[in-house]
Amino acid sequence: MIAQNVAFGVLAAAAVIGALRVVTTKNVVHAAMYLVVVLGSIGALFVLLAAEFVAATQLLVYIGAIVVLFLFGVMLTRSKLGRDPELDNDQRGIAAIVALFLAGILGYVLVDYFGDDKLPELADRTAKEISATRGVGPVGDAIFSTYLLPFEVVSVLLLAALVGAIVLARRD
Amino acid sequence: MLLNQFLLLGAVLFCIGVYGVLARKNGVLVLMSIELILNSVNINLVAFGMMGGDEAAVTGQVFALFIITVAAAEVGVGLAIVLLIYRNRTSVDLDEVAEMKG
Repeated sequence: MIAQNVAFGVLAAAAVIGALRVVTTKNVVHAAMYLVVVLGSIGALFVLLAAEFVAATQLLVYIGAIVVLFLFGVMLTRSKLGRDPELDNDQRGIAAIVALFLAGILGYVLVDYFGDDKLPELADRTAKEISATRGVGPVGDAIFSTYLLPFEVVSVLLLAALVGAIVLARRD
Repeated sequence: MLLNQFLLLGAVLFCIGVYGVLARKNGVLVLMSIELILNSVNINLVAFGMMGGDEAAVTGQVFALFIITVAAAEVGVGLAIVLLIYRNRTSVDLDEVAEMKG
């Protein structure tokens, strides 16, 4: 119990500090690196929540593909490498106020409604039983039985995005 | 572990993402902030999934997987659009893309 809470504290701190640096740093490539920190911490949090397949997918797809895509975008748009003082626009003050206001409302509603609800303890089940009931196998079964239609729709969406991105970005 | 610690972390990351979308001028950085928002939603879904039984946990994970997939597609198309903006104007400054204003 203590170990879980300590792990959560470390990962949450890493995620929040990384996210703050993503939105405030003056260096575009550093922002991508801090995004890697955030995505990695969130992947580790998924492991803490006994969702290993989502954690592995997060690491593979987000860090392995999407961040690489961002770095390609930085390179192809000739963003100024190194320190660039002009990365924020004039609305920083109002944006900060809006974000704090939103955080206040969300925080109040969450604390008010969910109070002290505890997550169910998985400590009294063996790892084999946990992965047999909510691991990769049941997730795969669910995707291909209950959620088959969303799966096919997402496949078509990926195809449309692929074709669309190529058509938009090609030189002719 | 409380449920609220995951939900509050999700809320904080969401608000940091909102600040990034509103305050950043570079198109690529706006897309990075949108990724922060989508990740906060994923934490929420998986945490809520764990609150129920086994079937709810599986449902939460399936939802999170679909969101990761859609985010990947969106980043692909978004970066293609940012690339086009760069090709037409030689700058990715979103403040200059104001032709429909006024």
